[in-house]
Amino acid sequence: MLTRYCVALLFVPIIPEMLHALGHKTLGIIFGFGDFALFTARSFAAVVKPKRLGRRVIRAVYEQGTVCLPVILIVGMFTGLVLGLQGYHILQRFGSESLLGALVSLSLIREMAPVLASLMLVGQAGSALAAELGIQRNTEQIVALETMGVNSLGYLVSPRLLAALVVFPIQTALFVVIGLWGGALSGSLLLGVDSGIYWSSVEQAVEARDIRECFIKAASFGLLAVTICAYQGFHADRCSSATGARAVSAATTRAVVLSSIIILVADYVISSFFV
Amino acid sequence: MEASKQDLVLQVEDLHKSFDGNAVLKGVDLGVPRGSLFTVLGPSGTGKSVFLKCLANVLQPDAGRISFDGTPLGSGDSVARADFRKRCSFLFQSNALFDSLSALENVALPLEQTTDLRDKEIRERSLEALRQLELETYRNQYPGQLSGGMQKRLALARAIVTQPELVMFDEPTAGLDPLRRNAVFEMIAKYQRQFSFTALIVTHDVTEALIASDRVALLNHGRICFEGTPAEFSSSSHPVVSDFRDSAEALTGSLASIRKTAASNS
Repeated sequence: MLTRYCVALLFVPIIPEMLHALGHKTLGIIFGFGDFALFTARSFAAVVKPKRLGRRVIRAVYEQGTVCLPVILIVGMFTGLVLGLQGYHILQRFGSESLLGALVSLSLIREMAPVLASLMLVGQAGSALAAELGIQRNTEQIVALETMGVNSLGYLVSPRLLAALVVFPIQTALFVVIGLWGGALSGSLLLGVDSGIYWSSVEQAVEARDIRECFIKAASFGLLAVTICAYQGFHADRCSSATGARAVSAATTRAVVLSSIIILVADYVISSFFV
Repeated sequence: MEASKQDLVLQVEDLHKSFDGNAVLKGVDLGVPRGSLFTVLGPSGTGKSVFLKCLANVLQPDAGRISFDGTPLGSGDSVARADFRKRCSFLFQSNALFDSLSALENVALPLEQTTDLRDKEIRERSLEALRQLELETYRNQYPGQLSGGMQKRLALARAIVTQPELVMFDEPTAGLDPLRRNAVFEMIAKYQRQFSFTALIVTHDVTEALIASDRVALLNHGRICFEGTPAEFSSSSHPVVSDFRDSAEALTGSLASIRKTAASNS
């Protein structure tokens, strides 16, 4: 009884402080979500404002697409190779090697291609976007746009959002195609599954809703990733623990980590609607 | 030159701005006559850049009234603010040039994004601005490939390409040696007369400002403590003005005293 009383006496004075800190953190998180939602809404609303948007979208498609293409092709090929290899040995246990095409294609289309391609895009294009916007914020280029009467979100972020809607699905589709060839390479060429059986299995297994799920995921991940990366870079000056180049570096790191986590969370949420 | 209210292109009344309870501007009143080269002087850290950024709507003032060409620029009046932005330009201390765009693209940017001009006309006007600032041969160079002086001229070309009525310069000579300071003030004065815009400069370079400006004001501790012609500034007996103006003489006196003390000690 006495011990309990002593413990209570020790903790009573710090309870208000703890509550204050908890409340402060909670308010910060709520403010962050609200601010991010406003940023996203304004970026989408700004699509109608900027002049010569088409050119900037094409430029953004080129920047996001070409930078990431080699990585997408390499990762897609090796993902397919590994799926073919692992899938063959697992299916062999049940005497179902003929289903290798179905396993590789469904794994790629429904899960691996949208997630892995998006993570690769975040690592390449997303980090570059966050760093570029962070430097533009640091060197007053964003403020300069606003003093010129140019909508900075419309000029810098909206074209990238529209480009993501094009680039992420296309890169994901490329990932799937190259991954299927990787699976065929390891399954048919190296492990001896008949090529006709492999491709026939792919054709029979894949349905329209699988492809729909794949593209919905790719487009959603693209929008989420670009918005998060753009938000972090655009507000690099808000970093309380660092300034200048360190703030840009911190914003870039935050952009990549948060985008990757959100992509995985969104993957679960979208998958749960389709299963 | 006593400017009447009708001659003022920009009028500021009782402008206040604080950061986390620290008052930087404590009721600034100022009138900028149309077509003049107006310089706001003041020691470093006295709020000159904050004042200019409040005028350019980069920062939101806490209180006060800003009127451009007789029209109040209320925070909720987006039409007046948009009109103000169209008719004004801002030159940043850091130039704020887009390092991923060429010189020509930098100059063309405000025309591309804020006007309905055709591409051909935008290119012609941008090239003309570059030509006037003797940068035409560098049109395909990126800002990082240009010297500091050229970057300053490029920033000015971008500022004047929209043919603004008012150009605001934030510490245009910060960190420059005396020769380059002279060159920058000469450039501003030359193009201000050539393009007939009103120039509002904030700086702490007294000598150059007094030579180049039509009118000067002194901002001290968040308030304008002097406004008048350079001649009036030079002859003013206001204690803050004389301290600021005679800072070189004060330094000479202090150094002489230090040397004298050192000599007597040895």
